[in-house]
Amino acid sequence: MPSYSITVNGTSHNVDVSADTPLLWVLRDHLNLLGTKYGCGIALCGTCTVHMNGNPVRSCMMTIESVQGSQITTIEGLSEDGSHPVQEAWKEVDVPQCGYCQSGQIMTAAALLERNPAPSSEEIREAMNGNLCRCASYQRIHQAVELAAKKAGS
Amino acid sequence: MATNDNTQGFSRREFMKTTSLAGGGLLIGFNLFQACKPGAEPSVDLASLNYNEFNAFIEIADNGAVTIYSPNPEIGQGVKTSMPMIIAEELDVAWKDVYVRQAPLDTEHYTRQVAGGSQSIRHGWDALRQTGATARQMLVNAAAARWGVDPSECTTSEGVITNANGDKLSYGDVVNDAAALEVPEDVKLKSVRDYTIIGKEIGNVDIDKIITGKPLFGMDYKKEGMLIACVLRPPAFGQKLASFGESGARAIPGVVDVIRFGDKVAVLATDTWTAMKGKKALTAEWTSEKSLESTSDHDKILMGLLDGNSFETLREDGDVDKAFAQADQVVERTYESPFLPHNCMEPMNFYADVTPDRIHLVGPIQTPEGTAKRIAEVLERDFGDIHLEMTRQGGGFGRRLYGDFALEAAQISNLAKKPVQVIFSREDDMADGIYRPAIKYRIKAAIKDGQLTGYHLKEAAINSNMYGLIPNFFPAGALENYKVDVAKYDSDITTGAWRAPYTNFLAFAEQSFFDELADLMEVDRVQLRLDLLERVKGTTDERIQYSPERMQKVIRTAVEKSGWGNPKEGVHQGFAAYYCHNSHVAEVADVVMENGQPVVKRVVCVVDCGIVVNPLGARNQVEGGVIDGIGHSMYGDFAFRQGAPEALNFDKYRLIRMKEVPEVESYFISNEESPTGLGEPTLPPAGAALANAIHAATGKRLYNQPFSKSLAELELPKKEIIG
Repeated sequence: MPSYSITVNGTSHNVDVSADTPLLWVLRDHLNLLGTKYGCGIALCGTCTVHMNGNPVRSCMMTIESVQGSQITTIEGLSEDGSHPVQEAWKEVDVPQCGYCQSGQIMTAAALLERNPAPSSEEIREAMNGNLCRCASYQRIHQAVELAAKKAGS
Repeated sequence: MATNDNTQGFSRREFMKTTSLAGGGLLIGFNLFQACKPGAEPSVDLASLNYNEFNAFIEIADNGAVTIYSPNPEIGQGVKTSMPMIIAEELDVAWKDVYVRQAPLDTEHYTRQVAGGSQSIRHGWDALRQTGATARQMLVNAAAARWGVDPSECTTSEGVITNANGDKLSYGDVVNDAAALEVPEDVKLKSVRDYTIIGKEIGNVDIDKIITGKPLFGMDYKKEGMLIACVLRPPAFGQKLASFGESGARAIPGVVDVIRFGDKVAVLATDTWTAMKGKKALTAEWTSEKSLESTSDHDKILMGLLDGNSFETLREDGDVDKAFAQADQVVERTYESPFLPHNCMEPMNFYADVTPDRIHLVGPIQTPEGTAKRIAEVLERDFGDIHLEMTRQGGGFGRRLYGDFALEAAQISNLAKKPVQVIFSREDDMADGIYRPAIKYRIKAAIKDGQLTGYHLKEAAINSNMYGLIPNFFPAGALENYKVDVAKYDSDITTGAWRAPYTNFLAFAEQSFFDELADLMEVDRVQLRLDLLERVKGTTDERIQYSPERMQKVIRTAVEKSGWGNPKEGVHQGFAAYYCHNSHVAEVADVVMENGQPVVKRVVCVVDCGIVVNPLGARNQVEGGVIDGIGHSMYGDFAFRQGAPEALNFDKYRLIRMKEVPEVESYFISNEESPTGLGEPTLPPAGAALANAIHAATGKRLYNQPFSKSLAELELPKKEIIG
């Protein structure tokens, strides 16, 4: 089994896995970072979203080989104490129903605000369109992204 | 009809017992479900009462800290927040001092835990209040005894007891005395006007864990030495396993074992990815003794049932045939719906460790007790051997009522003699579902002298038919001649409850039909419903559980809030009203035409679900229910070919996404009625309101779901895009 070194949330880890192992399962099964969720395995639901060098990516289809040398950030590394403006907005709006998809939603929203601190309603809808929420908490997701933009901007 | 009656008698001894905590403090155990079933026989023999009968607890420590163990499965409907709120209200403690935990999930202590039918709050309402109030009274009695005053002279607020002299004792000061007292038989419940927690906006109790990605869900459960099991199941319903080859799977490093059980083969590995790869590396031959079913077969069969005479009659008033014979006009329409998978975002999964001493089960399940019993039966073990823990659940929608995945985990662990977690891939989740059955409705109505004189509803469904009080929903009671007939076809495809079973499609059929009737009768669409409801007032038929008055009120409120009848330019409105899960709902959908296609922009939803325990959570349920209803009626399409579903993942199965979501405006009727269901009842009318709005926008009536498919077939004129 080959050995890989990856940097997650600023910490370097060595893992012995096959080359085709998706980052998602490295995070969950080998690094015990369980905030990143499995939903579809084909990059269509967004529950597994993490940041690679600041960009939102679907960890279910990124192999361990392809993320060598990249900086990975997961929901656990978004802030030390849940104080990222997106997390605070999520709490204030009380977004989740079941909650399962929400780390992926939060990571997508955080990446959006990083590159576009004041998105329009249309831009929010566009950016969040790749993340499914089966409970359909979409209205609150939208509100929370708007609120987070305000928080970050103030 | 249930009311908020404070005088309803309970024998607290039947469902409640207190004891001192070893470390100081008071533990109150109560049997939520035994206590609160309306009209349930007092089944508890007092002498035999022990903690095994309890399923929920309040713990009050001697420092005054209050822990409420929430007994019911949390699937996103918010009961882990709202049920403890009701206890805290009557206990009279500040919400900020309450710590909520999922009940400790020990079948030695907890039973009758279920999430289904939007009934958690409705059934829990009286018992939760009684429990909180009883605990409060015991604490007051203890303080009064210490002061030498009558308990009636004492008041409470935010965990502090005050007597007539102004002396104060906190709950923590007297909790150890209270633990030694008798459980009082008669306690007074608060008046609705005195509520300080119920009716307030309380955030989800798990919010901090959710937003920081802490392990909460079944998929997040880990145990030392646990193996991941991925299971190869027959790809088509009706198939059996003839033979299989495991060498490819065993060659993968990390694959620990390959085990056949029944017609399934499990690959056990040290991690999830390896188990998934191992499963794909299996080879298998499948056989079937009869022909495999396709959706085209079902369509013919269900249409044949509607055309035939093999119905069971669920309700019959008057003589519908006579009404049709005498009618000026007879209208008949047929409505068709596909199967639907649940597609919880968290795929099915369960942990099992079967050992000679005990069976340890952990995971997301809506029916822990029933599932544990089935596992005990299949493994031929004592029910007492089972220790089942519930995790937070990444959606339920009815799918987790069925414990097939937990049984698989137990069977595999039993054979492997190792702790295993079964994980479904998304493809497994869609291919091995317990789906909403495909259903067709045919509705026939008689119109004479401008009045509706007869109504005949026929249902043809896969595997099972509507049940309970559904045949007695509106318009039952409004018409002299009314009949509900059902027929079913037994299929190999497994079906079951899906959020708002039957009504999730029936509401669309009936509420679309009423719109069409109103147009034919040349009466206002809303007025037709109001007039029919008028006829139900004063009914003595006990099967009629909807209230015409409450239904009229939600309708009138929806009319007012939506600007019904006076929409903005370019906006086309559709109306629907429906009663189910003991709640009354009216919705108005606003549709505009964009690039030649109808697009839903707003839905106004008015709900009468009695007292709203947690408005913040309640609005979330309304928004989710409406959008779920819009999404599945618009896009939900699930067909079978030769026994296998055509869609296995989100590349072929479309769920509603952010860009397609309308704005949902939610309103609650303010009253003092006992709370009723909210997880489901806003879903059924959503598809109907949308279909009626699409008709207003396009002039086209939709009879089949999903609408996206019907709209594509309609060949609406494309608006020319200039530039």
